[in-house]
Amino acid sequence: MSSVLAFQVYDWHYFFAQLVAGLTLGSLYALIALGYTMVYGVLKLLNFAHGDVYMLGSYIGWFVFTGLGAPLAARVPIVPLLILVFAAAMIGCGAIGVVIERFAYRPLRKAPRIAPLISALGVSFFLEQTAVLLWGANPRSYDTFSLRNGELFGQITLGNLTFSYAQLLVFLSALVLMAALSLFVWRTRTGKAMRAVSFDPEAASMMGIDIDRVISITFLIGSALAGAAGVMWGVYYQNLNPYMGFGAGLKAFTAAVVGGIGNIGGAMLGGLLIGVAESLTTGYLSSSFQDLIVFSVLIVFMLFRPTGIRGTPILQKV
Amino acid sequence: MSAELPTPGPATGPQIGVDEWVLRSGERITGPGGLLAPVARAAERTPRLVLLALFVVGAAAIPFLTSNGYVIGVAADTMLYVLLAVGLNVAVGWAGLLDLGYIAFYGFAAYLYAVLSRGHLPDGSVLLTHWATWQTVPVVVAATIVLGFLLALPSRRLRGDYLAIVTLFFLEIFNNFTTNGSQWNWLGFSGTGHDVTGGASGLIQTDPWRLFGHDLNDARDYLWVALAGFAVIVIALTFVNNSRTGRAWRALRDDPLAAELMGMPVKWLMLLAIAVGAGIAGFAGAINGAYYQGVFPQTYSFQLLITVYAMVILGGAGSLGGVVFGAVVINVMLEVLTHPADARWVFYAGLLIGLVAKVRPWRLLAGVLAGLAAFGVVLNEIVRAVWPRGVRGPLATGQNTYAQHGFLSDVLHHWLVLPANTYTVSNFRIGNYAFVLLIALVLTLTILHGWRRWVLLVPVLWGAAFVWENVLIEQNPTTRPLFLGVILIVLMATKPSGLFGTNRVEIV
Repeated sequence: MSSVLAFQVYDWHYFFAQLVAGLTLGSLYALIALGYTMVYGVLKLLNFAHGDVYMLGSYIGWFVFTGLGAPLAARVPIVPLLILVFAAAMIGCGAIGVVIERFAYRPLRKAPRIAPLISALGVSFFLEQTAVLLWGANPRSYDTFSLRNGELFGQITLGNLTFSYAQLLVFLSALVLMAALSLFVWRTRTGKAMRAVSFDPEAASMMGIDIDRVISITFLIGSALAGAAGVMWGVYYQNLNPYMGFGAGLKAFTAAVVGGIGNIGGAMLGGLLIGVAESLTTGYLSSSFQDLIVFSVLIVFMLFRPTGIRGTPILQKV
Repeated sequence: MSAELPTPGPATGPQIGVDEWVLRSGERITGPGGLLAPVARAAERTPRLVLLALFVVGAAAIPFLTSNGYVIGVAADTMLYVLLAVGLNVAVGWAGLLDLGYIAFYGFAAYLYAVLSRGHLPDGSVLLTHWATWQTVPVVVAATIVLGFLLALPSRRLRGDYLAIVTLFFLEIFNNFTTNGSQWNWLGFSGTGHDVTGGASGLIQTDPWRLFGHDLNDARDYLWVALAGFAVIVIALTFVNNSRTGRAWRALRDDPLAAELMGMPVKWLMLLAIAVGAGIAGFAGAINGAYYQGVFPQTYSFQLLITVYAMVILGGAGSLGGVVFGAVVINVMLEVLTHPADARWVFYAGLLIGLVAKVRPWRLLAGVLAGLAAFGVVLNEIVRAVWPRGVRGPLATGQNTYAQHGFLSDVLHHWLVLPANTYTVSNFRIGNYAFVLLIALVLTLTILHGWRRWVLLVPVLWGAAFVWENVLIEQNPTTRPLFLGVILIVLMATKPSGLFGTNRVEIV
């Protein structure tokens, strides 16, 4: 069929490798998608800046990571080092998210719907250029390959499946974070308030729920998850640049749509699906046109199933 | 924004058969205020055609007033931006559609012009004759309009965020295609790749426009062509805006649901708005492909999109004159920023004018200015005593050196702290910490009230000057886009209608 087939062997091993890579990438998309979907749930706003918060998380992590002497002269053992980096990025991003909401979106809550969207575009672009200003436009690297002789990238083989500790780390920490989020949303009072606000903000505020506080917490959690995803990207893919938040954000938002916007479980599922789809596209179809293919599929999806695979139909109210 | 809703006066009272809200709706729509109010009022009184003629003649005369090729080049660039802003205004300002794929139309037109005028694809696989300008330009514009229809057609049911994201996907797809188009291989099914877009290096050596037997070779010619096109487009758009279609677009923008319920063909209106915008972008793209003698994929980026959006929003979405003004102001500002010595004067003059305009009463203004001077001088003396190198850094000047010996330079050396911006603390330059701190302080400033605000204003202004001299002016390629982001955020938070737009009242 194609000359490409002549030198690439497509066997089950190859397929599983692509699948594992896709799940790793998908866990990142899922974490970012959670932020989109939560914010959309409470504010009905597409937060364009969310992808750039993820990018800043990666940079904050890199700043702490290299600040502690890693990868070559790390002053702390590997586990506390990673925990520190994760904590710094999550706290930093959480704060950034709260500040963005407070100053860019809150004044526009009663404005026409196009206003916060334009503001979000501005914030997104501002954050991107801030990163260029602070860290330069050239890529930086966590260089985790050099960390303890590449311990993180040791291989584990289970039957046909081969994956590295880093992939396992990304996948498991994403799972833990998502589980924690589910517990928070479904088992705490604040989580209940959040669900109430996303269901009907006006009624919720009449019931005595402090909407501003709930929205702030939503941004805090969503952005912290994006920060964690940023560090995971850095630890596993290593290279980061100021523009990486844009594309990742677009795909993650679509992951949220695919899963049904406003639906937390759907965002996780959508993220994994899109990660796997992107990875298989790269592996089997074309690596230079993967974005073209993925975005085309996403456009078709957005057009024909805008409520997602798990979403409920949106009713338009007057 | 709509805080100044008038309370129904007792004198009028409820009248039978007259709806209070409709009767008074005119009062709720407030025109532009602030410094530009007199300008806007004068502009409103002058007939539109006179304004247009003034602008076109004034801009067309630039090549006669100066022989400086750089200035004429900037004028031609600005006219391209004006065309882009006018086109985007149709979709965003009139129809209220957040069309983020707009730049893809511009890029598509430029690429199409390049291919048609070069007469072949980069790998020579498709051979045409070199088309003449009178054939190329109409074909390019028509094709871009068709593309606008095609892209809008599937997304006609989407609104707001979904429309924004789908159109943004189109832009991403376009960029992905043009950047990697040197190895287009029908998704791996056709063996060796075709070079259809020239890939990352773009297409060069496009033919210039050729009108009435003359090749258009320099910025002056393209400035005139763009101006002529602009005049025709603006006249046509004014008619459209005052027609049924124009009113329907505004209805669609203000309340799509109500518009639909009134029986307006909402989907068709949306298609039309995006296609008309695309047509104007197509014309600009055809000029772009010829004027720069090539097309390059990096041009049609998200950054360009944000630039055009900032122009439309700054001028006032929905106001033709406003977006033209916005495009001129922003492009000239971006151009000035590339020259540190000029940008420095503009920056301090801007700060001063802002203070004079916004700080009342005069005593307070005097206090702030005196505090600012004292704060800087004292800090400068302290740093001079403790760390002499901290005040001796050079001012960034670009290619001009006169500013170093100027009056402003002397003042700054005794008022600011100017470490050579190479000192790092934990891999991070001092200026970077100052930048982050400045953002935090500015944000704090916006939520403070009363005397605290004025006290904090002094260090914030000084800090802004510090960051400006030590970081922003030096890294102006980043500072320019950074400002665009700031413009969008600040305008949306303080004056979403822009400088010349009318405030819309949200109907609940």
